[in-house]
Order: sequence, then C-alpha cells, then structure tokens
Amino acid sequence: MKILADTVHENAPQKTDTLFGSDELVINMGPQHPATHGVLRVKLKLDGERVVGSECVIGYLHRGVEKIAENRTYQQFAPYVDRMDYVSAVSNGLGYCEAVEKLLVVEAPPRARVIRTVLTELQRIASHLLWLGTHALDIGALTPLFYCMREREEVLKIFEKYCGARLTTHAFRIGGLQYEAYDTLEKDVERFCKNFEGRIQEYSDLLTGNSIWIGRTRNVGLLNSADCIALGVSGPVLRASGVKWDLRKAMPYAAYDQYKFEIPVGTRGDTYDRYMVRLEEMRQSRLICLQAIENIPAGPIMARVGKVLKPPVGEVYHAIEAPKGILGYYIVSDGSIQPYRVRIRPPSFINLQALDKMIRGHLVTDVVAIIGTLDIVLGEVDR
Amino acid sequence: MADESKAPQSPESLRPDVSGSSPAPSAKGASPSLPTRPGASAPLQVPLDNELSRRYRERFGAAILNALEDRKQSILIVDAAQLIEIARYSRDEEKFDLLEDYTAVDWPRREKRFDLVAQLYSFTHNMRVRLKIPLRADELPATLVPIWPAANWLEREIFDLFGITFRGHPNLKRILLPDEWQGHPLRKDYDILQQDIAWVQENLGIQSGQ
Repeated sequence: MKILADTVHENAPQKTDTLFGSDELVINMGPQHPATHGVLRVKLKLDGERVVGSECVIGYLHRGVEKIAENRTYQQFAPYVDRMDYVSAVSNGLGYCEAVEKLLVVEAPPRARVIRTVLTELQRIASHLLWLGTHALDIGALTPLFYCMREREEVLKIFEKYCGARLTTHAFRIGGLQYEAYDTLEKDVERFCKNFEGRIQEYSDLLTGNSIWIGRTRNVGLLNSADCIALGVSGPVLRASGVKWDLRKAMPYAAYDQYKFEIPVGTRGDTYDRYMVRLEEMRQSRLICLQAIENIPAGPIMARVGKVLKPPVGEVYHAIEAPKGILGYYIVSDGSIQPYRVRIRPPSFINLQALDKMIRGHLVTDVVAIIGTLDIVLGEVDR
Repeated sequence: MADESKAPQSPESLRPDVSGSSPAPSAKGASPSLPTRPGASAPLQVPLDNELSRRYRERFGAAILNALEDRKQSILIVDAAQLIEIARYSRDEEKFDLLEDYTAVDWPRREKRFDLVAQLYSFTHNMRVRLKIPLRADELPATLVPIWPAANWLEREIFDLFGITFRGHPNLKRILLPDEWQGHPLRKDYDILQQDIAWVQENLGIQSGQ
C-alpha cells in the first residue's frame, strides 16, 4: 500500500494550487465492508468519483485447503470442501465426490445420482437466492432480501431433514450417498417447487421493471464474451455475455443428461443481464427438480467402494457447473490413502480477476453493484 | 486442527516417488488392491495416440515429451523451453481458447522437481486437454499471460504457494499469503504445521498460529 487515504487528504492542498486538488486518490474498500461479501479488500484509484484503476487484495480467509488435503484421507477431506463456497456446500461436495469416483473408476448408482441432482439444483436455487437478496440490498433494495431468505430457508429445511445440516452439509459420500432419501423428500421438494414458481415472479415484479433497478444495473460492468473467455470467467457471468455454454449440457455429470432444461443467455453482458440470467437459472433448476423427483429410480445408494480408499496411481480432472461457475478438482494419486495433490479450481477466484476490467470508468457506487453481480464467496476465493 | 496427531501423517520421505511425466507408470495404474473396481485389469494410463497428439508431435517434434491418456483424459507432457509456442498453437490452431486451470505439483525426489499443469478447454470441440510441463527447481518458465490473461492470478498463486517464478509476468507477487511471508506452503518439504513464526509473532501479536 503506497498511499493511504488520509495521507492524501493531508497533503493534497499543499501539492496543488487549487483548493480542491485534482490528484488521483487511492482509497481502500474493505476488507471490512458490508458490500464486499466477506473480507475482500479492493484498492481503488479514483479520479473524483470515477475509478481509474484497482487492485484486489485477497487471502484474508486463506486456510490452506489444498495443503490440508494432502494430510487427510480421501474421505476425511470431503467435509473441508463444504467450507470453501459455504453457501453452496452441496455443489462443492458433488464435484469432489465425483472427482474421486473418477479417480477410483467407480460410478455412483443411478438412484444416488438422481438424488444428488435434486439436492444440487436446490442448492443452486438457494445460492442464487442469497445472491439476489444481498445484491439487491447492496444496490439499495431492502425488500427482496427478506423474501429471498424466506425461500432459502425452505431449501435449507430440506437439507436439514435429509442430512441434519443446513449449510456445511457434507451430504454426499464418495461412491454415492450416506443417507437414503427420507420418506417425504419428494413431497417436500414438490411443495417447494410449486410455491417457488409464484415467488420467483414476485421478485421479478419487484425488480425487473423497476426503473431504479434498471438505472443502477443497465450498462454497468460490461464484459463481452471474448474478454470473459480470455479471463477464464465462467458461470452465469459468461452466459450473460452471450455464450450459451453450461457444463451440465456440455459434459453432463450426475444425472443431468436425463432432464430437459434451457441455458439462459444475455445479450449485453451487463449487470442487468446477469440478474436476468440468474433469475431464469432458478426457474430452470426448479424444472430440473420437478422432473427428477417424478421418477427417482429404486436401487442401492452406494457403489461398492472399500472402507479404505486407495485410488490407483494416476490423476484426474473433473469439473462441474457450480452456482458460481466452473468448479474443478484436479487430484493426483500416488496409490496411498491420502491424495498426493488436490487442486481446486475455484470459480469465484477466477471470476474476481475480471473485476478490474469491469469497474474501470465506473463510479464508486457502481463498484458495489459489480462486486455483487460477480457473485463471489471469499471462502472460495481464498480457500 | 485438534485431531492433528490422530490424522494419518505420511511424511514425504515415506511416500513412493511416482511421477506422471517421466516414463509413465502405466502398468502400475491397475492396482489389485481394489477388487470391487469393475474392469480392474484394464490399464488406466495408456499412451495417447490420436489425431490430436499426432498433430502436436508433427508440429513440435521432440518438444512433446510424452502423450498419455489417464482415465480417458488426454495429457500432453511438453518441454518448458517451447511452452509459449505450444500454448499459442493450442489457442490459435487447436482452439483451446479457455485456460480452465493452471497449477503445479511438487515431486521433490525427481530431477525435474515441479510439474506445471494447465487444463485447457475448447468451446469449439467441447474437449479438454491437459498440458504438463516438467520443470527443474531453478528453471524460470515463461508466463502465459500474453496468451491467456486468465493466467495472471493463477501464476501468482503458483508463485505464492510453490515458489515458481514466471518470466515476464506483469505483476508477480504473492496473492493469498502476506507479501512478507517466508516459504512456499504447497511444497512437499513444507510441513503442515510449519509457518512463518517471525511473521506471525510480529503481525498477529501471538506466539503461534497453531
């Protein structure tokens, strides 16, 4: 940190002749700032109210998850991945379990895969709901937060009934599922989905045509598709820039190849488009859940894997479409009970890299909107 | 971290030195210790011989050190000296336009200590390929930022956690750990309980972070 905000204030009048200096000002946003969704610190270089440059300072939540993995067995490490993107723990667990299954060359049985799909899509809805509520709150719309939390609560209740935990669920096991679906799972999911259709329309009514919302999000944080791909940006941000690409379609995993759903895309690649894409993704997730619970195949929920997992020597890379983008696991096995190396490709970390490009030229108030629209979770950025 | 002592610790010295790059441990792939695995007899790692590997070999000859397929995933092991040319060719000619991930693996007992591992994805062909670049400990690989800007933070992370320095990187400094931290935690000789005690005492005002 070269200059702190207050030192600039002290020096500014002496350095310039005018009363109000026109020097560029460097200020800190965060790490303790409610709109940075965690401990993100952004050093902003400002010309008046306009951002002319920025630098992200991250790492405040670094726990060395990848190092921990090398000192745990494959099963012991599974709960740790829940604590990366802690608002979509189920998705993290799915990616990890499937990656280790690929390494072991086993496949989860069909019943487990369908239940996994249902829970993962519910998690996507929950994650997007939290995003919507807090993003709207950042921009100044207080009301959606309460509604979004209400719906998210319903999803968390289903998780709680299923595995006893609400956030860091550790719902899946390597090879399938630990728990059989509880008796009324289908009914609960169906009830949620039935209600959710009208609820999502309510959020849409609150925001979509709202002129303040449009004013704060239209043409804010533009990112075109070429830049997205060059910067590795994935998930809803990529789709809002017009790239019709989703790993669930491109390289299906779990049971996604059995269900019909659309990939929503935007046209301009601005904050408003990203809002519309995520809203539509929730509707599509709802449809996937409804299709999946209609016919959950009977059968075992665990593949035959040993109590002690010793994957054969080799390596595997497996990626899933997490709510935030491509979540990849690269695991190297040396044949022992502990992974030799686990690399996690975190969507938030790589999407955050685009922040500098997106906020240049915008006002400070828009920075808040753009951080929100990227939908980052610092637990995953820092790991 | 309370159960640290109970967790099975396996120090590097006890681990078998298996390496993905120099002559492939292909036959070892089929471990007999897993009777439940279907098709346990088929080797998991086989030499990769398809159109893709042939095109790369034709173009770069000896710079493609090896081509493997592990669990049906394509791996090209390439020479660090020609990394930039191979990366540019991958992006422009083979249409691997997305650098999905870029990381490293430490093999302390190997002559070429590190593997850089890049996961490339092609939207055009909907396929992935993995580039592995073996490196000596003192080698300085060229930065991939001019080819894929996404490499910027990923290379900073590799620098931070493995101590590999990238030639020509626009802003190579630590990203996850504090700037003044000593040591690179994802190296195998960095113990899980190890930390930069001087930094912790000076900056956090505590005796130990453990």
